[in-house]
Amino acid sequence: MTPGHAPDPDPASVTPADAIPPAGTASPDRTRPGREPEASTVVPVDLAALAERVRAVTPARVFVGRTGTSYRTANLLALRADHAAARDAVDAELDLTGPALTTTTERYGLFAVGSAAADRAQYLRRPDLGRRLSDEGRAQVAARCPPGADLQVVIGDGLSAAAVDAQVPTLLPALLTAAAEAGWSTGQPFAVRQCRVGIMNDIGDLLRPTVIVLLIGERPGLATAESLSAYLAHRPRSGHTDADRNLLSNIHRRGLPPAKAVERITGLIDAMRTLGISGVSIKEPTAIRTLPTTAPPEADPTSST
Amino acid sequence: MAYRATLRGERHVFADLATLFAKANEMKSGDELAGIAAGSARERVAAKLALADVTLGEIIAAPLIDDAVTDLILRGHDPALFAPLVSLTVGEFRELVLSPSFPARWRDDGLARAITPEIAAATAKIMSDKDLICAAKPLRTVTRCRNTIGEAGVLGVRVQPNHPADDLEGILLSVLDGLLHGCGDAVLGVNPARESVEQVGTILRGLGALVDALALPTQTCVLAHLTTQLAALAAGAPVDLLFQSVAGTEAANRSFGITLDLLAEGRETVLAHHRQDRPGDFVGEQVMYFETGQGSALSADAHHGVDQLTCEARAHGVARAFDPFLVNSVVGFIGPEYLADARQITRAGLEDHFVGKLLGLPMGCDVCYTNHVDADQNTNDDLLVLLVAAGCTFVMGVPSADDVMLGYQSTSYHDAAGMRELFNLQATPEFTAWLTDRGLLVDGHLADPTGPVAALLTAGLDGALATLPTPPAVPSGPTR
Repeated sequence: MTPGHAPDPDPASVTPADAIPPAGTASPDRTRPGREPEASTVVPVDLAALAERVRAVTPARVFVGRTGTSYRTANLLALRADHAAARDAVDAELDLTGPALTTTTERYGLFAVGSAAADRAQYLRRPDLGRRLSDEGRAQVAARCPPGADLQVVIGDGLSAAAVDAQVPTLLPALLTAAAEAGWSTGQPFAVRQCRVGIMNDIGDLLRPTVIVLLIGERPGLATAESLSAYLAHRPRSGHTDADRNLLSNIHRRGLPPAKAVERITGLIDAMRTLGISGVSIKEPTAIRTLPTTAPPEADPTSST
Repeated sequence: MAYRATLRGERHVFADLATLFAKANEMKSGDELAGIAAGSARERVAAKLALADVTLGEIIAAPLIDDAVTDLILRGHDPALFAPLVSLTVGEFRELVLSPSFPARWRDDGLARAITPEIAAATAKIMSDKDLICAAKPLRTVTRCRNTIGEAGVLGVRVQPNHPADDLEGILLSVLDGLLHGCGDAVLGVNPARESVEQVGTILRGLGALVDALALPTQTCVLAHLTTQLAALAAGAPVDLLFQSVAGTEAANRSFGITLDLLAEGRETVLAHHRQDRPGDFVGEQVMYFETGQGSALSADAHHGVDQLTCEARAHGVARAFDPFLVNSVVGFIGPEYLADARQITRAGLEDHFVGKLLGLPMGCDVCYTNHVDADQNTNDDLLVLLVAAGCTFVMGVPSADDVMLGYQSTSYHDAAGMRELFNLQATPEFTAWLTDRGLLVDGHLADPTGPVAALLTAGLDGALATLPTPPAVPSGPTR
């Protein structure tokens, strides 16, 4: 069977928490939901009903059965598969000319520069380096990006280039179209490799835009490696912390869909331009809050400083 | 005062005690990030050599940080008990701790009160992994809330039934799965996705109703900020254990939104609630649950140049002052900036456990890792086995080890049940009796669930849900 993160809908694979059943009791139909309880047998038919209830209300991997005290093979390998996908997403390099991004890159003239972190390994252990541009990157940005735009969009790999691949081709055009409709001037968008959230300060010092939106890959969970965050800051500059920023997290197909994210981003930009600030004192209308956005898998848990 | 050591003819000088402490640490990326780690393997060992010659009296006399946490630690230090230890060096104290007569002396004399966090941290710095395991094993601290945890032969398990949208039925179903694996005796503890008083109150009431419906001898907790839990309590929610993350410096605790006074007031409030509102529910008066973890002070830029193991030990010192029922390090949650890989996580887990036990804490561990650190479920299994061998008081039980709310991997119901089998351990005595009485445990082993067991659990769940008002329309359902 194919390992996957979701509980397999095949009833045979959700045999509830019994050890390897005694001979003659392993037939899949014994575990099918809806059968009457059979109090005299060890076959836990009622647990199958509980397992059905579970699937409707939680993504947690419960009632997955056991052999002895270990996982059944399908569950063990599904966990391995999901972790492998998450690890590969963390290690993947952002590739603007790869199949996912090449059309977007050509349309908007995207280019990529590096942060001061030389490689992935250094990036993971030196948050300070990921918060500023490399010397070469700074020169390139200064040469190619006109300063003083109303809106400067920056794309960062963060902890998942896969999230950039998955979300930016939809999100970036929608965001720039909405900005044009609002009459905002937009700077030349570009991407930063080995990027932490704090790089917004460095870019703000360099380009002096009114608002920066950083689209950055989140730390992958087992559920998805395709989740993106949008960090927003009004006139970001040295010394700004998370308290001066606004965050929309969990942007992906089954979380906050990109179209909805654009609505919220433009709403926040509007508020920032009106109030002249960003951060904790800007509150979104609660009506547009969606599914969980409070889970920590954010791009940069240490983005302050 | 400077400290010196000569190693193979090379002379090493350490400017002060904080520098010596930091450089004597095993390698941690967080100490490197802070710029206080040893610059070479030789310098690391030289620092250990110099530290081994420092007396415990010198450590007490030279606090590393001047703040409210240090004041708290020194106020709780018993000079009479300490008198026989004052002139021992750290090296001599390590040997004492590892000697066969030490556990009885530690227990009978209450020697934990003579040991400060800095002394415990210094000792850990010159111990091997095996030392940390062997020394911790016989140091048992028994605590009581609605059951009794910490006795020899007991491995407690926290059921951690988190849900990305706090769906109550989803949470309670995850609890039932934990019960089927014999888990939940340490606490039924939920990390809420939303930090609102209403949400926290709803989860507390739901967990409480399930405990009542099944007559479960265990305690519940919702791991929101302390002030949120107290507000939920004031609004009528039952609070068994009051939770708070704590750190080892006053400034780091401030970044968590707490002060020592707030912890003291919270504890008094919950004790009064137990005594006045719910007499008969409790077998003891230990009502606090704390979580810690190396790197938290540095990540709040509040470490004062002190290494992360020492800051962690000081967090244990904070916890100890409030007589906790449970304490655990969340060792692998913080990320590779502080603990670079499985090797560093393993070392930190063993250190945190030993230090906590030596200080007299009911010390457990969330053996865990994130997806951006060089670790996996195999290395997590390894640390779990080592910590259970070390007598760890409790571990986490997360469905299939995949926390669908916090987005990291911990240990599972299966893992915990496997450790009990491997090391011949049981749940807490009250909980073991309950599991046995309900047919979930037969001859001390997990039973294949039967129809009556399923009926019992289903009835408990439905009974709990029926007693509660319909929860507000929280978005629910699988989000993946």
